Amino acid sequence: MKIWKNAMLGTAVAALTATGAYACEADGRVSIIGNEFPAIQTVAAAAGACEGVDFSANLTADHQTLNVAGMTGNPAEYTTAIVANSSIVALINEDVIRPLDDLVAQYGQDIPQQQLITVDGKVMAVAFMANAQHLVYRADVLEQLGLDVPTSYEEVLAAAEAIRAAGVMEYPVGGSYAAGWNLAQEFTNMYIGTGGEFFTPGTAEVSINNAQGVEALEMMKALTAYMNPDYLTHDSNATSAEWEAGNVALMNMWGSRTGVLMDDEGSAPEVYENTAVSGPLTVGDSGTPATTLWWDGWTVAKNVSDADAAATFQAMAAGVSSDILNDETMSQAVWLMNGFEAAPVNEGVLASVAAGSRPYPMRPFQGLLHTALGDNIADFLQGNESAEQTLADVEAAYTAAATEKGFLQ
Amino acid sequence: MKHSSFFWFVLPSALLMLTFIAFPIVSVVTQSLYQEHEQVIIEVENCGPFGCTVSESVDQEATAALREAQPLGQWAGLEIYKDRNHLAFAEVGEAWTSSVSMRDFAGTLMNLPFYDAIAFTLTYTAIVTPLTIIFGFLIAIGVNAVARAMRGPTIFLSLLPMIVTPIVGALVLFWMVDARGVLGAGLQWLADDPNLSVKASTPLMWIMLMVYGIWSSAPFAFIVYYAGLQTVNTDTLEAAMIDGATRWQRIRYVVIPHLVPLTTFIALIQLMDNFRVFEPIVSFSAQAHARSLSFAIFNDLGGETRLLSSAAATSVLTIIGVAILLSPVLVRTWRDFGKAR
Repeated sequence: MKIWKNAMLGTAVAALTATGAYACEADGRVSIIGNEFPAIQTVAAAAGACEGVDFSANLTADHQTLNVAGMTGNPAEYTTAIVANSSIVALINEDVIRPLDDLVAQYGQDIPQQQLITVDGKVMAVAFMANAQHLVYRADVLEQLGLDVPTSYEEVLAAAEAIRAAGVMEYPVGGSYAAGWNLAQEFTNMYIGTGGEFFTPGTAEVSINNAQGVEALEMMKALTAYMNPDYLTHDSNATSAEWEAGNVALMNMWGSRTGVLMDDEGSAPEVYENTAVSGPLTVGDSGTPATTLWWDGWTVAKNVSDADAAATFQAMAAGVSSDILNDETMSQAVWLMNGFEAAPVNEGVLASVAAGSRPYPMRPFQGLLHTALGDNIADFLQGNESAEQTLADVEAAYTAAATEKGFLQ
Repeated sequence: MKHSSFFWFVLPSALLMLTFIAFPIVSVVTQSLYQEHEQVIIEVENCGPFGCTVSESVDQEATAALREAQPLGQWAGLEIYKDRNHLAFAEVGEAWTSSVSMRDFAGTLMNLPFYDAIAFTLTYTAIVTPLTIIFGFLIAIGVNAVARAMRGPTIFLSLLPMIVTPIVGALVLFWMVDARGVLGAGLQWLADDPNLSVKASTPLMWIMLMVYGIWSSAPFAFIVYYAGLQTVNTDTLEAAMIDGATRWQRIRYVVIPHLVPLTTFIALIQLMDNFRVFEPIVSFSAQAHARSLSFAIFNDLGGETRLLSSAAATSVLTIIGVAILLSPVLVRTWRDFGKAR
């Protein structure tokens, strides 16, 4: 099944080619599979503007269920997958993407070193944007109560109590705590913030049932006391909606989603005018911010001809070159290309990088732990069992899954 | 019928059943008996825009030959079925010996994902199936009593829940029961509790899922019963009226006996459907409160690392569960069939 998004990409392509900034010419097939948000659409449109290529793009939120299957055949349906640091490991595990060193040497000398993602010394992807979760706050609410902008979760709790006590908001804290992927992501942030390590180094043996694990869970539970009682059903979309409705004053949110919160659509002026971002939050005294850094980047499929691989590389390299940055695209993401100028909305992500936050782990088995976390943490937050029991359940669920996948024997 | 004509008569459907039902089941059963090859884990340095980190990775070359030789993976036998995320024999055995009371044992059992899922699945099936049949019957009786001119629109309205796409119907209800939605706010007013939230409470979430289940499948029972009602012998009904039978007596002694075979049919279909409950859990974001076997399969396949064998094992267990649930009805149908001959 091929889904052509030409209609949507068409206008963007026209806009880009009109500027004549494109000096890309290649001969071969370029077929993109990737997530769907404005920054990726910009990249895909710019890659599609490359002259002489047979171009198609399938940009969808379900890209992760399609990319491995679509790259396993020979020749692969998709010649490139746009992935993040969590999802690239599935492609590496299944051995469907190729090292890019030769192509970088031939066509990619202009790509800055910082954009090259290397695994064991081999270039496996080219990153083009960064993302992270960080604090978003309502400047007017904090000012009204004379509160400083929190830098730690402990201060968030104190501020939340003050806001509730003053009767300004009943549930001043927001968070993507929907059971499943989102909840697991929040635990991952919090656990990293406590200084915990997920695995025994060098092995696939999980080790989260410890003091840091309990500390992370306790902090999450303390925060949920100030959240809308439906928090276990609130994903990033629902949390953003709560924010735009003016019900929330403090939340940990994705940098890529703050642009929507600060524009004048979907919320009252008092909300969007007073929406401000700041750096990542800390928990306890470990010194590591309780957040993870993410990159989005593109790969090249292994099972395609050399000509198609070369064409894909050239088109995608053009798609993420500095030339795509203009007034409209500049604020779509924290671009990693030279020439990116940060807007106020990007400050949260940049502060997260500057604060020395850790990237989301690129381990082959981190995804299995993520799933196990998402399935089990809700039991603790609902008060059904102790933190130790929940962590033991997570470890047991992960161990069974990792055994099945051959990571553990 | 001659054997050869019978053979040619059933050949197309037998072929279709083999292709679309038997082969996929064989493939799922096979998949569930294998697990992935042992993966050699090495430490590598990963570099990117945020600097370099030492991380674990899989040594692809070490497993490439194994994968080539045995693409299905390594033979696991029933190991996947027995592991903690499925039947969990070891954990259940340990809980049985170490638990001080039945309550304690039940608590431990419900903490295991498979038993948690089966508890919800069975409760859902046991409650939704009979209520669907009862409501379907009542609607059919009601519609049948409506004046002829009004029947068309009434039937259309009664069928609406079945026409609406499940995921959309569930989402509409999900928004309505939100604390700020019509039903949610109504419930808060009724219970006189401003903090009442359906989405935050496990019992209320279960009730909502079941209400949705009945709402969406009652029209199916209705339309089958309504068709059946058109074939009720009017002579018998008139005779009963002349004998002075009330409306209730006519329904009890004439209509219901006539509709019993249809009830068996509806029960069969509904048991199968309800045992595979899935869409409402996704639409209601209810996974913190309720999980079904189908949801467990979806969850195994939806992660960044897909657990094919685990999903296959749960599928096989679901098929076995459906077979067990249907066996009484099937045995009964078999007997009736024998009698009829």
